[in-house]
Amino acid sequence: MLKINNLQARIEDKEILRGIDLEVKAGEVHAIMGPNGSGKSTLASVLAGREDYEVTGGSIDFNGEDLLELAPEERAREGVFLAFQYPVEIPGVTTTNFLKTAVNQVREHRGLGKLDAVSFLKEMKQKMQLVEIDQSLLSRSLNEGFSGGEKKRNEIFQMAMLEPKLAILDETDSGLDIDALKIVANGVNQLKSKDNATIVVTHYQRLLDYIVPDYVHVLYKGRIVKSGGKELALELEEKGYDWIKESVDAEATV
Amino acid sequence: MSENLEEVLINSYKNDGLPLLKDIKSAAKVDFLEKGLPKVREEEYKFTPITKTLKKQFAFDAKPATAHVNLGDIEQQFIDSDSSNRLVFVNGLFSNELSVIDAQDGLVVKNFATAALENNDTILEYFGKIADTDSFSSLNTVLTQDGVFVEVSKNADAEIPLYVYHVNVAKEIEVFSTPRNLVVAHQGSRVRLIEKNITLGAHNSFSNSVTEVFVKENATVHHVKVQNDVANSYEVVQTKVHQESNSNYSAYTISLSGGMIRNNLNITSDGQNCESNMYGLYLLTDKTHVDNHTSVDHREPNSYSNELYKGVMDGHSKGVFNGKIYVRQEAQKTNAFQSNNNVLLSDTATLNTKPQLEIWADDVKCSHGCTSGQLDEEAIFYLQARGISKENAIGMLLYAFANDIVEKVPVAEVRTYLDLQVADRLKS
Repeated sequence: MLKINNLQARIEDKEILRGIDLEVKAGEVHAIMGPNGSGKSTLASVLAGREDYEVTGGSIDFNGEDLLELAPEERAREGVFLAFQYPVEIPGVTTTNFLKTAVNQVREHRGLGKLDAVSFLKEMKQKMQLVEIDQSLLSRSLNEGFSGGEKKRNEIFQMAMLEPKLAILDETDSGLDIDALKIVANGVNQLKSKDNATIVVTHYQRLLDYIVPDYVHVLYKGRIVKSGGKELALELEEKGYDWIKESVDAEATV
Repeated sequence: MSENLEEVLINSYKNDGLPLLKDIKSAAKVDFLEKGLPKVREEEYKFTPITKTLKKQFAFDAKPATAHVNLGDIEQQFIDSDSSNRLVFVNGLFSNELSVIDAQDGLVVKNFATAALENNDTILEYFGKIADTDSFSSLNTVLTQDGVFVEVSKNADAEIPLYVYHVNVAKEIEVFSTPRNLVVAHQGSRVRLIEKNITLGAHNSFSNSVTEVFVKENATVHHVKVQNDVANSYEVVQTKVHQESNSNYSAYTISLSGGMIRNNLNITSDGQNCESNMYGLYLLTDKTHVDNHTSVDHREPNSYSNELYKGVMDGHSKGVFNGKIYVRQEAQKTNAFQSNNNVLLSDTATLNTKPQLEIWADDVKCSHGCTSGQLDEEAIFYLQARGISKENAIGMLLYAFANDIVEKVPVAEVRTYLDLQVADRLKS
């Protein structure tokens, strides 16, 4: 589904991604871990199409499409979903209203008919239960006054409504207590299927107890320096990132 | 056209109407000729060269413009669909045939000229009692022939909103009108007033209006002004308000289209526990120029004023905002807030904004904020990342920005009208 080849990216003058190679197939869950500043969020942002980042080399193939050629909205319509680390507040725009527009634009792109108000509401009610989100939250201004947990649950709710092929969860666990984490993870797990894939970007191993990855990759200084199965996450938890940093830096000086 | 526009205006136009106000008019004439129209470098009109514009666009030769108007000519520009409280003026004079006034208990609504005969005591009690220094007010006092008179009795709730339409007919030649309005809301009463100008024809029209509003103890006045006229329309509007204790005056000034508009809104909060709200929205494009100058004067303790003006400027439009807040020494525990937020959509649109706070009391809570710039880039990206095109995302954000003000208007039909106008404008 996703093939990232030697991806390099920078922001202003700072090089952040220095050659990422990653392949994600349908049905898989990949975890991207790494210390702060390693480029985890940058990778998520570049996949979603944030203009602040300049891609200086490499390629990204998404289901046969050159992802880098597509505008953010086109990527979303093709099936890429980014669950933001810091979801922005948008006063005056309610989740319900903008999501209806978004869902219908995605459906239109996929050759499906638009949902009328009644059908849309029905769809919403069903998906709301997935992340235990309240209707009242959805008719308020987007994320305004939402707690951290509510914001993250709203991200997963939107994911449920948009039915993406590739979901990228950018540090979805940051700032969440264990209860909120469980709800979010449960939502993600329910949405997993053999036809879609998930990239979980996380600093801590804890989330991966609930969203169990097939592959774990460690990002350090803009490159994937180690890959493994879910045991790798446990090893990191035990040894910390210093273990990786030391071995990588040692290799570099050889 | 002669050099001295002031003399031309005074001498060319009829100023003998309303004999009740003969002395007041004479005094105003002296005052006007002494002050003269705003000069080029005058601080208060620095960014709005109205005098120069009037000299350029108008002959002011006092030829009476054709006044006949059919309902069919104007009803598609009405906000209300079937109001039982609608006053229509044509070129400044009341039109009985186009107006509909159904009786409401405790509400007196009539044209000013009639009120000058039937309600002369009230008029003499209130007319011109709110001081102001703008020479356009004096000019209006001298030349006015008619306008709206509204009086709401003690504790009466005028449930049906009152719509006032000023139609200016400029089909063959230019038109100059000077409506004068008086609103008196007695103790405990409530009224909602909506005003809109409609210009017919391609010649220039200039409306110089003055509305004086007296909000007595515990009364509530909601005052909506919708400015959605053609590019050849010019307006100078004075709204002068005097509030007594425990009263509420809320103004909603929505400017969508026109040539050059200057709105002066001056509120005197002259009692304790007053609430004054000033809401404004200017959604401008092409060459529309809208200047909102406001002031609230807190004279007594414990009152509250809140001002929120929002502007979106596109094309070659120009927005000007100046909000003054005065808090007198006795006005302790005043809460006064002011905010002006602007979005500039084109490189050729301009904005001048200036808050002015003069606070003499020492125990007050006052704040002001001005923002100008583009929309939240993060918000645009968020919507794009959900599949919404950049254009649609910007439209949604602009709509939300404007709707903040629209949703505050306390008349459902006006909200519906504005909603459609705003949505329409943002599509283009």
